[in-house]
Amino acid sequence: MPVTQAAIDPNTWVNAHADYLYAFAIKRIADEEIAKDLVQDTFLAALQKVRTFEGKSSERTWLTAILKNKIVDVYRKRSSVIVSSDIADAERVQQDFFDTDGHWTQQHYPREMGVEEQYLENKELGQALKKCMEKLPALWLSVFTMKHIDDETSERICTELKVSAQNFWVIIHRAKLNLRACLQKNWV
Amino acid sequence: MGMLKKIQYNCRQATFLLEKKAFKPLSFYETIELRIHLAGCSVCRLYGKQSAMINDMVQQLYKDSEKGTYKLNDSFKKELQLRIEEELNK
Repeated sequence: MPVTQAAIDPNTWVNAHADYLYAFAIKRIADEEIAKDLVQDTFLAALQKVRTFEGKSSERTWLTAILKNKIVDVYRKRSSVIVSSDIADAERVQQDFFDTDGHWTQQHYPREMGVEEQYLENKELGQALKKCMEKLPALWLSVFTMKHIDDETSERICTELKVSAQNFWVIIHRAKLNLRACLQKNWV
Repeated sequence: MGMLKKIQYNCRQATFLLEKKAFKPLSFYETIELRIHLAGCSVCRLYGKQSAMINDMVQQLYKDSEKGTYKLNDSFKKELQLRIEEELNK
């Protein structure tokens, strides 16, 4: 059965998709101004490509794919202008997690946070986690977000953000160590 | 035996494997390594639990935010609409 060509009508984009795309962007970029720009850029880029729209996916899916690429551009830009002290700080903290033999150092022992049940209903805990994420170095947050939220393949993340495969897992590990420690510190 | 003895006491390696495992099947050897370590290390077991909890929470945070709590203001939308019409009429 042939798939009916999905309709495309740029005149309805703002009404139909602008809020959705904006929310999508802001969740991943956490900056209202940049998110607005991205929505506009997405529409303008889409207008240039209308003819290549094959109707295999819905209009929204197609627009979202364009937006995603623009978000990756922002990640890439952010990661390349990382303040090096940013990473140095986070790395120093991370080294302190374990002693030279690989044991947890005593002050960094994971402890019960008392929230291990029903944590998904705990809005305050969610907010605390959000704050902790904002403290991660830009590159780490980009890698973390692409992997956890967008479920991108590791290969794509490595290529887009110019991270080696080895470094990729190190970043995933360190980002989580930092997040967990930050959450424990601010919660317990 | 030497290698396995080593992992038994290496929490850095065990937590690394826990993170990797969330996205990628571990090799046979890594699986054994991790299992042996976790069997004897309650701190890393707790870490694993909390790490999984954070993964769930991150998903939840993003799901919530996609329910449309963020909206563009109308003046921006109007501008955007004009911009698009302009482009279309070029």
